[in-house]
Amino acid sequence: MLERRGFSALLYDRIVPIGVVVAVIIVLWYGFAVLLNAQFERDQAARAKTEITTSQLIERTLSQDRPLLPAPHQVVSEIWDTTVMKKITSKRSLVYHGWITLSSTLLGFLMGTVLGISLAVAIVHSKVLDRSLMPWIIVSQTVPILAIAPVIIVVLNAIGISGLFPKALISTYLSFFPVAVGMVKGLRSPDVMHLDLMRTYNSSAAQVFWKLRWPASVPFLFTSMKVAVAISLVGAIVGEMPTGAVAGLGARLLSGSYYGQTIQIWSALFSAAVLAALLVMLVDLASRIVLRRMGMAQ
Amino acid sequence: MNTQILAIAVAFWLVAWLVNTWLVGLRPANGLVAKAINLMIPLLFGVALLVLWEGVIKGFDVSKVLMPAPSMVWARITASVDILWADFYQTYMKAVLAGYAMGCGSGFVAAVIVDRVPFLRKGLLPIGNLVAALPVVGIAPIMIMWFGFDWQSKAAVVVVMTFFPMLVNTVAGLTASGNMERDLMRTYASNYWQTLVKLRIPAAMPFIFNALKINSTLALIGAIVAEFFGTPIVGMGFRISTEVGRMNIDMVWAEIFVAALAGSLSYGLLALLERAVTFWHPSYR
Repeated sequence: MLERRGFSALLYDRIVPIGVVVAVIIVLWYGFAVLLNAQFERDQAARAKTEITTSQLIERTLSQDRPLLPAPHQVVSEIWDTTVMKKITSKRSLVYHGWITLSSTLLGFLMGTVLGISLAVAIVHSKVLDRSLMPWIIVSQTVPILAIAPVIIVVLNAIGISGLFPKALISTYLSFFPVAVGMVKGLRSPDVMHLDLMRTYNSSAAQVFWKLRWPASVPFLFTSMKVAVAISLVGAIVGEMPTGAVAGLGARLLSGSYYGQTIQIWSALFSAAVLAALLVMLVDLASRIVLRRMGMAQ
Repeated sequence: MNTQILAIAVAFWLVAWLVNTWLVGLRPANGLVAKAINLMIPLLFGVALLVLWEGVIKGFDVSKVLMPAPSMVWARITASVDILWADFYQTYMKAVLAGYAMGCGSGFVAAVIVDRVPFLRKGLLPIGNLVAALPVVGIAPIMIMWFGFDWQSKAAVVVVMTFFPMLVNTVAGLTASGNMERDLMRTYASNYWQTLVKLRIPAAMPFIFNALKINSTLALIGAIVAEFFGTPIVGMGFRISTEVGRMNIDMVWAEIFVAALAGSLSYGLLALLERAVTFWHPSYR
C-alpha cells in the first residue's frame, strides 16, 4: 500500500473520507426530511383543497415549524439563534442550559475520578477488599443506574439537597467505574522486576506507591478518564430529566418532547454532542501534555 | 433511634469482615474448596452490606419515603410479582431483546463491510468513535415521535445505542489476527470469505464479546430511560417514574432489583458463552 506523509496523509486519510461520509449523511438527512414531512404537507393541501407541485412540497417540508425530522439548516439556524443571538443569561439561551449541564458533569466527573482512584488504591493494597469488593464493583454497573436517577433526585430533594449535587451524584456513580477498573489495572502494571528492585532498595509501601505504581498508572488513568467524562455527561443529562424540567440540556430535551418542539430537541442533542466531543478532546489533550512531560509519549 | 439494632448490624459487619480476612488467608489444597471460598468472600460482603443497610434504616428510623429497608423491598417484590413480571416482559422481552439483536447484528454486518472497504474505515470509523461517546439516550423523544408509544420506539433507541459500540469493537477485532496466521491462510490458497470465517471472526471474538457485554447494560438503560418520555401504562421505566411521583419508593427499588437481576444474569450468561466460544484465548487457559 502507498504510504502518505505530512499534509497529503492528513488530506487523503482524514479529511477526504470523513468529509465524504459526512456529506453522504447530510444528503440522506435532507432526503429523509422531505420523505417524513411530506405526508403532513399533503394532508394540509388536501384539507385546503389545493394542489401543490413537487417543488413547493419540497420547499415546505424543509421549513415546517414542528417537522417530524427537521432539516439540518433548521437545526443549525436554531442553534445559532439560541447561542449567539441570545444573551447568555437568558432562559432561552443554549449556552445557559449547556453551562448548567456542564457544571454538574464536571463536579460529578471530579468526584467520580477521586472515588475511583481511592477505591483502586484500597483494592490494590488490601487483599480482602480485592476479593470482596471487586466483584461488587462490576455488579454495580449491571444495575441500570440511570433508572435510579429519578429516585436519587427525589429523595435528596426531600431532605433538602437540591440543585447541582444530586445530578453530579449520578455522574459520579457512572464515572467512578471506568476509573476504578482502569486504575486497578494501572497500579498493578509495574513488572515484577521493578517491584523487586524497589524491594532491594528497602523502600516502604508508600515509596513503592509514589515512585513506581502511581507514575506507571498515569496512562491508564487518562484512558479511563476519557470514558468517564463522556459517561458523566450522559449521567448529568438524564439526571436533569426528572427535576421537573427546569434547566439544562436534559430539561430542553424533555420540554421539547412535551411540546413537540422537534427543532429544540435536535439542537439540544447537537449541543450535547459537541460538548461531549469537546470534553473528550480536552482530556485527550491533557493526557498528551502530561505523558510528554513524563517522557512516556509514543 | 434504636441503638440496639444499629449495634447488631455494625457487629455483624465487623464479624463478616474478620471472617473474610480469615478466608482470604486460607490456602486450601482442594480446588473445589478454593472455588467455594472465592464465591463465599464477595457473597458474605454483599450480605453484610444488606444487613448494614437494614440496620441503618431501622436504627435511625429513616422514613420509608426516603429509603426503604431491604426487608421492605423484598416484601414488596414477593407481593407484586405479577406487576413486576408484566413490566419485565414489556421492557426486557420486547424492547431490549429485539433492539439488542438488531443493533448488535447490524453493527456486526456494518463492521465487516467497513473492514472490507478501506475508504469507509477511514471515513466512518472516526464518526463511529465519536457517536459511541455521545449521550445517545437523548434520541429517545425523537424515536417516540417516529415509532409511537409502544415497545417499538424503545427498541429503536436500543438499536442506535448498541450499534456503534459493536461496530467499533468488531472493526478493532477483525484486525486482531496476526500476520503469520493470515500468511498461513494465503498459503492454503483460501479466499477472502474463508479467511474471514475461519480465522478473522474467531480471532475477533474477544472483542465482539466485549461489545456484547457493554451493550447488555446499555440496552437495559436505553429502554428504561426511553420509557420516561412516554409509554403505555406498563414497563419498568414507566413504573419507576410514576411510583416515584406517588412516593412508593419501595416499589421503585423492587423494579431496580429486577433490573439489576436481569442485567447481572445477562452479563453472566454472556461471560459463560464467551468462555465456551473463546476457550483458546490465553486468559482462559
